[in-house]
Amino acid sequence: MSTQSHQNLSLADSKQLSTQQKVASGIGILGLFILVLALFNVNFPNRGLVLASALGLIATGAIWFANNAYLSKSKGIKNDGVWFKSISSRGLTGWITGIALTSFYIVLYFKPVWLGMGIDGAKNTGLIALFDPLSKLLSGNPASQWFVYGTLYTLAILIFGYKFILKYRHNKYEQLRTASVMFFQLAFAFLIPEFMARLNSDSFSLPYYDLKNIWPLNYYNFEQYRVDDFISAGDVGLGLLIFGLVSIFVITPILTYKYGKRWYCSWVCGCGGLAETAGDAFRHLSDKSTFAWKVERWVVHSVLVFVVLMTTAVVYSYLGDDSSQYWLTKNVFLYSVAGLLTIVFAGVLFFKRQELAKDAKLGAIGYFVIIITLIAMHQFGMRLFYFEAETLRSSYGFLIGSIFSGVIGTGFYPIFGNRVWCRFGCPMAAILGFQQRLFSKFRITTNGGQCISCGNCSTYCEMGIDVRAYAQKGENIVRSSCVGCGVCSAVCPRGVLKLENDSMNGRINSQSVLLGNDVDLMDLLNQK
Amino acid sequence: MEHIVIIGNGISGVTAARHIRKQSDKKITIVSDETDYFFSRTALMYIYMGHMKFEHTQPYENHFWEKNRIDLKRGRVKTVETTSKTLIFENNESLTYDTLIIATGSKPNKFGWPGQDLKGAQGLYSKQDLDTLEEMAPNNKSCQRAVIVGGGLIGIELAEMLNSRGIPVTFLVRENSFWNGVLPQGDSEMINRHIKSHHIDLRLATNLKSIQDDGNGRVKSVIIEETGEEIPCNVVGLTAGVTPNIDFLKSSAIETDKGVLVNRQLETNIKGIYAIGDCAQQREAIGQRRSIEAVWYTGRMMGEVVAQTICGNPRTYNPGHWFNSAKFLDIEYQTYGWVFSEKNKPVYEAHFHWKHDDDTKCITVAFHKENQQFLGINTFGIRMRHEVFDRWLTEKRDIDFVIQHLSEANFDPEFYKRFEKDILKTYQNQFQNA
Ligand SMILES: Cc1cc2nc3c(=O)[nH]c(=O)nc-3n(C[C@H](O)[C@H](O)[C@H](O)COP(=O)(O)OP(=O)(O)OC[C@H]3O[C@@H](n4cnc5c(N)ncnc54)[C@H](O)[C@@H]3O)c2cc1C
Ligand code: SF4
Ligand code: SF4
Repeated sequence: MSTQSHQNLSLADSKQLSTQQKVASGIGILGLFILVLALFNVNFPNRGLVLASALGLIATGAIWFANNAYLSKSKGIKNDGVWFKSISSRGLTGWITGIALTSFYIVLYFKPVWLGMGIDGAKNTGLIALFDPLSKLLSGNPASQWFVYGTLYTLAILIFGYKFILKYRHNKYEQLRTASVMFFQLAFAFLIPEFMARLNSDSFSLPYYDLKNIWPLNYYNFEQYRVDDFISAGDVGLGLLIFGLVSIFVITPILTYKYGKRWYCSWVCGCGGLAETAGDAFRHLSDKSTFAWKVERWVVHSVLVFVVLMTTAVVYSYLGDDSSQYWLTKNVFLYSVAGLLTIVFAGVLFFKRQELAKDAKLGAIGYFVIIITLIAMHQFGMRLFYFEAETLRSSYGFLIGSIFSGVIGTGFYPIFGNRVWCRFGCPMAAILGFQQRLFSKFRITTNGGQCISCGNCSTYCEMGIDVRAYAQKGENIVRSSCVGCGVCSAVCPRGVLKLENDSMNGRINSQSVLLGNDVDLMDLLNQK
Repeated sequence: MEHIVIIGNGISGVTAARHIRKQSDKKITIVSDETDYFFSRTALMYIYMGHMKFEHTQPYENHFWEKNRIDLKRGRVKTVETTSKTLIFENNESLTYDTLIIATGSKPNKFGWPGQDLKGAQGLYSKQDLDTLEEMAPNNKSCQRAVIVGGGLIGIELAEMLNSRGIPVTFLVRENSFWNGVLPQGDSEMINRHIKSHHIDLRLATNLKSIQDDGNGRVKSVIIEETGEEIPCNVVGLTAGVTPNIDFLKSSAIETDKGVLVNRQLETNIKGIYAIGDCAQQREAIGQRRSIEAVWYTGRMMGEVVAQTICGNPRTYNPGHWFNSAKFLDIEYQTYGWVFSEKNKPVYEAHFHWKHDDDTKCITVAFHKENQQFLGINTFGIRMRHEVFDRWLTEKRDIDFVIQHLSEANFDPEFYKRFEKDILKTYQNQFQNA
């Protein structure tokens, strides 16, 4: 993540930079340079001060740069030259940034020692040691690679969020949701868990918990050590555990029903937060082809099936067999999972057959894979998997949690666009998307016949939705993958698109002949 | 099998083809000499400005055409022989048809200005025009100033395009206020100020006299009619409107005037030959519409209608309430119903005008002086719902009703500041206390 700020600085061709922008870039680079020095083990005397100045310089540079880039221009869409700049059109700078980011992720996940992580009680060195003072200030503990990452991640969301707010100075929706992700990242993902860690003592220990990080995105939430921790931490812990369950089974469906999945994906979520801020310069790089759409649906739903099975297996593995000890036994648990899924599946088939249409097949396959595995689990216990549930978890963690969401998802921003993870990999997005498609008041309304098929909306849709394909037919956009970022609506030069929550009736409305033509003809052909 | 040939792969021709395919199995061929695949002409500006690449302006993926069995043929039609039902191409190939749809669009007007064919003087209509512009005005070193002649919708787009590359623009507008043949004064004047705020050198009531040659067949400067002033420039954009692109039909039996003359079924004087889109001219104008309507939406609607007729369900072209939209630099404009400028206003038409203090938002509502009937609205910087105004026009609401219920028609993104109360107050001050 430390390379994130490069992007900002190289966003414009250097020859187009104003003097102020050059100076601002210099200041930002100076801050980064301090971090690089730390990485190479330069021993700074007063780490607290040095860290503060490094982060301060980066922030100052970025903010100055953004002020100069946007405040001097009129309010409006600022996409001039997006496809000419190397960084944002998969040019050399784009590739270099992508590779640098990816390498950073690989080191972060697999070789934290290189960053200076002290293992087995050894003291931190290098970059990580530089962050010790801040970590001690917040949680009382020395920094870890995750703390460094979390700090830089938060910094990136804050400074690029600021830049985004300036870029969309004319658009209140964009500003508010950006302020919201900045807040949730800073408070919920960064500060609160650190403060919670402060409460821990020998007798009381809460697991690290970013409250807004909901299962299945937070795929490890119901692991034994966490559940044990929750339970042993008494009422507070139990409260948190229940909150975790309520989040996914109660809060999420209600909010998604009322507002669409955007309440989470582009207002709260940290992955979405980074994508919307630091990743904003790459949103147009998403693949819009129908082929990509097919791949997306298979991949993201497979991940969902995987995470459901994995979580079930993990919980199953630590539950007991004896109902006299604790009511929730292995079997009761399996039955409830199977029961819950059957109710959902049957309910959807019954009420929503029409909307589901082609997706019904996909849903059915997923459902049966899970049920059959559950039956097998019941029959053969954990022997079913040639490996332990924990192995299943760690391979999920490795494949999906690290490789997919980090290395590919963020590292490849400049190549595949900013929402690759959200679109192809995130199981949370799959669940929310399912709800959004079937049970939500949210839709993007198309404004009668005003579309001129220009393609701005499709180009700038980070989720690769071919928005124009709907708009030019006068059809509302009701797609499970839409994260409600609102950018399609913002860039539309003819005011055709509006994100809104309204009644469920007539939400999906394919038109043959558009508003503006002969009224009789419209009636005749559209009613078919 | 009946062979339908469509000349022109623009919005009108392509819409016709899609709808014919929806309802029939007829053989369909679309002919064009411009590009292999349909693209959105309205998006040309965004390619030059770097918002999109050319492929993004193509509304359908390339496999769409084959999948829908729509044959595409690249070539320029030279003549149409109506007796043998044959098209002859520039390279002397030929193609026979059973039914022909002419959808050849427009071409930029050139009014015989001296020097109008010099290198560097160009219109902005086709993909080729865009390529030429890219060549002549890649940046502000090769093109140190551009002069745009003609203050319409394409002119303002061209100004925005050049501006985005830092090329200084002088914008010559014949009228004494921008587009005031169409826009009422209040609207037009706000746009004048907006244009100037983008550092575009807007010259109102100014005509082009001639374009000067640099001695090598390239543009050197323009001379202003009124003052004789010479403005050095490298590119001259000729955007003084468009005319139907139908020269190739002049030798045929198809009756033409400015455009291809059609009846209300969009059929020409020759049975089985139709004309739609920019190139079609109604024998008698429909309602208050012009007989040639060179806009995207009407092209699409004509395509929707002609497909019905060809598929055995004859329909008259009977468009609903007028609507249109555009964007002037940062200000979006939409219109529903009829709002005429002072120059063209019928005697019974009166206006209510509201403008926001920030000078980027305003509306003008047209109504009937006698019976207060709502006739139409121009809205700048505030998005409005097509469906709602369409309904109000059909229901013949009066202006009081429209102003009172304006919030129902708002289409701005969520959380945007709303102005209905302010508008209502202004309205009451202007009319009800008067
Ligand atoms: C820069 C620009 C911006 C615009 N913006 C808007 C807007 O915002 N809103 C709006 O409503 N309208 C807009 N318009 C107008 C709108 O694009 C046209 O009304 C519309 O494209 C006309 O469609 P059409 O199908 O009639 O013809 P066209 O799109 O012109 O298609 C005709 C095709 O036929 C081909 N052709 C012509 N003659 C022959 C021949 N002899 N042989 C073979 N092929 C031939 C042409 O090369 C062309 O490809 C804009 C136009 C331009 C140029
Ligand atoms: S940006 Fe607007 S006008 Fe352009 S294709 Fe999308 S909806 Fe249509
Ligand atoms: S469809 Fe629009 S709101 Fe939804 S993700 Fe795409 S750009 Fe964002």
